[in-house]
Amino acid sequence: MAEPMIFAQTIRDIVRRHGGLPTRLLQVLRDVQDHLAWLPPEALDQVAEELGLSPDKVRGVAEFYSFLYTDPRGSYDILFSDNITDRMLGNRELLHYLCGRLGVGIGETRADRVVSVGVTSCTGMCDQGPAALVNGYTLTRLDRSRLDRIVELVNSRTALDRWPREFFEVTSNIRRADILLGRHFADGAAVRAALKHGPEAMLEELVKSGLRGQGGAGYQSAAKWMACRNAPGEVKYVVCNADEGEPGTFKDRVLMQDFADLVFEGMTLCGRVIGARQGFVYLRGEYRYLLEALRATLQRRREVGLLGEAILGDPGFDFDIDIHLGAGAYVCGEESALIESLEGKHGVPRIRPPFPTTHGYLNRPTVVNNVETFAAAAKIAMEGGAWFASRGTAESKGTKLLSVSGDCERPGIYEYPFGVTVQRVLEDCGARDAQGIQMAGPAGHTISARQFGRRICFEDLATGGSFMVFDRSRDILDGIRNFTQFFVHESCGFCTPCRVGASLMRDLVAKVHTGHGTRFDLEEMRKLGRIMQVACHCGLGQTAPNPVLDSLDEFPEAYERRLRSTAYEPAFDLNAALEEARQLTGRRDPGAYLREQDLMLGAMP
Amino acid sequence: MSAEQCFTLDGRRVPFQDGQTLMAAALDAGVYIPHLCFNPEFAPHGSCRVCLVQVNGRVQAACTTPAAAGLTVQSEIEELREMRRGILQMLFVEGNHVCPACEKSGACQLQAVAYYVGMQTPHYKHFYPRRPVDASHPEAVIDFNRCILCELCVRASRDVDGKNVFAVQGRGIQARLVVNTPSGQLGATPFSIHDKAAQVCPTGTILTKHRGYETPIGQRLYDRKPISVVGDVAQLPESRGGRRHD
Amino acid sequence: MIEPRLKVATCSLAGCFGCHMSLLDLDERLFDLAERVELDRSPLTDIKELGECDIGLIEGGVCNAENVHVLMEFRARCKVLIAIGACALNGGIPAMRNQFALKDCLEESYLRGVGLVNPQIPNDPEIPLLLAQVHPVHEVVKIDYFLPGCPPSADTIWTFVSQLLSGQPVALSYTQIHYD
Repeated sequence: MAEPMIFAQTIRDIVRRHGGLPTRLLQVLRDVQDHLAWLPPEALDQVAEELGLSPDKVRGVAEFYSFLYTDPRGSYDILFSDNITDRMLGNRELLHYLCGRLGVGIGETRADRVVSVGVTSCTGMCDQGPAALVNGYTLTRLDRSRLDRIVELVNSRTALDRWPREFFEVTSNIRRADILLGRHFADGAAVRAALKHGPEAMLEELVKSGLRGQGGAGYQSAAKWMACRNAPGEVKYVVCNADEGEPGTFKDRVLMQDFADLVFEGMTLCGRVIGARQGFVYLRGEYRYLLEALRATLQRRREVGLLGEAILGDPGFDFDIDIHLGAGAYVCGEESALIESLEGKHGVPRIRPPFPTTHGYLNRPTVVNNVETFAAAAKIAMEGGAWFASRGTAESKGTKLLSVSGDCERPGIYEYPFGVTVQRVLEDCGARDAQGIQMAGPAGHTISARQFGRRICFEDLATGGSFMVFDRSRDILDGIRNFTQFFVHESCGFCTPCRVGASLMRDLVAKVHTGHGTRFDLEEMRKLGRIMQVACHCGLGQTAPNPVLDSLDEFPEAYERRLRSTAYEPAFDLNAALEEARQLTGRRDPGAYLREQDLMLGAMP
Repeated sequence: MSAEQCFTLDGRRVPFQDGQTLMAAALDAGVYIPHLCFNPEFAPHGSCRVCLVQVNGRVQAACTTPAAAGLTVQSEIEELREMRRGILQMLFVEGNHVCPACEKSGACQLQAVAYYVGMQTPHYKHFYPRRPVDASHPEAVIDFNRCILCELCVRASRDVDGKNVFAVQGRGIQARLVVNTPSGQLGATPFSIHDKAAQVCPTGTILTKHRGYETPIGQRLYDRKPISVVGDVAQLPESRGGRRHD
Repeated sequence: MIEPRLKVATCSLAGCFGCHMSLLDLDERLFDLAERVELDRSPLTDIKELGECDIGLIEGGVCNAENVHVLMEFRARCKVLIAIGACALNGGIPAMRNQFALKDCLEESYLRGVGLVNPQIPNDPEIPLLLAQVHPVHEVVKIDYFLPGCPPSADTIWTFVSQLLSGQPVALSYTQIHYD
């Protein structure tokens, strides 16, 4: 350990800045790592001591989140976004190129500890990839020339704030606006409406609006707010789920970047309705770049009396918002895991019931809503429930933001009234040759062209907003394999069928993808998928097999054209399994290899 | 006196008290639902997923589902037996379970539940993880190869013994049981073989030193009768082949 | 009229022959068995070439190239293939070497062992090459039946074989299934 004395003071300062609160553990660890590039054991122990937590708890949190490192990393930590859309834009080739130029292996730290390069789950820049993170900050539109420049900047140890600004530029790409994105919004309008009409009337409007959770689950927002409002207890909380981890989704990023006031306003409104004084935004770690701007927005709102004590001069209306930053854990998008994470713990979904509306943050009644839901709620407060409900379908009122990416001419954000067909979206985004869509992310639905007439709404195709297009030049199985790896990486490990099943599924798909599978393996995938769908503890595990099960039905030829003609194939590469012994013995005689005809013998044609 | 509230479990009426889970009520009524991470002395955990039952047609974990009047619960149906078998098989391939070389064999809950659900083969591809064995403690040995992450020792040490000796760290398939000391060695902790944590392991992960293979094959806890009749090893006194200290 | 006897072959891969010993424990029931089956290649016969068989019994896991050859051949020539014993089912005791890299196993045995003269890792082509890990047989070929135990008892084997030969569904009692 280099300078224990120096970092001891740094850690003390960080902990003090966070008020010494154990609930801030994840935030403290993030800040400590910002200083030290990783979290050495001594630092973890000191954090534990300063926060009055047991060392194992602190270590458990540090090991859970993929952006926290318990092994040394480089001063420049570069993580390539590895969603299928990044892959379609050539990220793997760029990754190898960069590693070659920097002289570092994938997932490794260079010996001089200046730089480390690895991959991470989708960073939400699918419309402007290939993307990466450097020390948590978003890099977009990577190409070889940008990487050449990055190599120079890294090797010359140039501080990040002196890197070219355009490398970090994130554009919003709003291609179609409707009632949410299209109409002017005056700061404070929703809060004023809430004050003027009172909580009951606001709830009434929310009921009329028919607004449902826009994260994808579709729970009636009014019912959620009402349950929380009626739950016993003086202290209640509002939580905004901005942990937009579903690969292919980036609409919450755009809302937080361009419409933060609308979102904060929705949260404030919710606070008024349910009687909460504190709100939290749980911002995914990948959106670190938004943090300062969001804090500035919050500060401005406090200064104009839209946040803080006695909002708009009403002595009974106190509400403030704090931002918590995630650290690379998809499972924290699940609301009870998110609450655990917000409390400073590792993000394992809770047993439900009880639900957060009665037992949420710190076991107090809590409303957790998606970013888009709060934004819509703010609009409803201003314009009325009937106005909102005039759009959409019978069961899905209002509009939906779609994050469109993949093979299309105009990737970006599209706002449609619920009920729009997949075909219409494809036409609007310029996807001329689509063979399939991954709707609602890997956890959603894989659909082929025969389903393009389906409508996007809760009655038909429910979605949180991810819409990834694959044209006919693509191999669907590339995407499916990428998704199975995603779920292995993101499983929290709590329950058996997800922890173990995700790995088994990934291996089965890899076996077929590489041309070693048989019909038997396809049946194995189906059986395993069925177990995971019903047996897993939370939605992550239950939806993890979806892309495999869907694509087996929708794109059978993607599997079948790779199958061996045999009935059964080994679970591993037998010849490769002999290589280590060949090297140790130096043997290269015929007996040191298994011949194809020998292997065919047991494969049962 | 008010009418007893009941749900039906495989067609049988099972009474329950307010606040009881399906598992707790079934246990009180003497109906066995297979389980591993559940132990009636601890709050439900819901991680092993072996106790899956169908509640009004929907699959849920019996140990975490609150009982409610009128529920129709099914447990011993082939669809669920197959699913439980699958989950047991996952646990067997995830770790290194070499029953012939384990002194817990015959009195192992993991093994007994696998027998109960009719597991003939681990079926899946084996992971063969490389995990350590810790013999640093004078009274106990921990063989991490056999851990199924039920967290009963974690809960017992923290909530009953007040020692917080164990924890689970890491994410996903990397999740693993650890000992809470800088060295990671059990010998450096205040752990004692008389702790509750020493009695709750459903597998052969935590074992007492200096004794082993004491009961002849054929007379061990689960050799003659299934776990549904015998009960959980952690719930039985030592005098009857269990782990609970008298 | 004498029914044609079923042809049965057996082999021990990475195992200890304990399952075969248990088979011999059938004692006088071996006479009944001999009336109904004819042994083909097996450690109990001197037949070197495997013929077309009705049933193949595999003891042991797969640890080297020769095991792979034998197992493949059994799969090709036996109508029904049965994995018998813990090692065939999950690798068993031999698979405990999977805890170590093959390099470490070989160096420990052949380079660092006590009393070695001219230590070297054997590389004679006559010696089957080791796989990096020991595997259960179902990871290499399709297995039709699994019979756990270390070894399965003679009773278990007898019940199983009797049911199989008479075409009944295989149903073992509680005490006949154990993993050790």
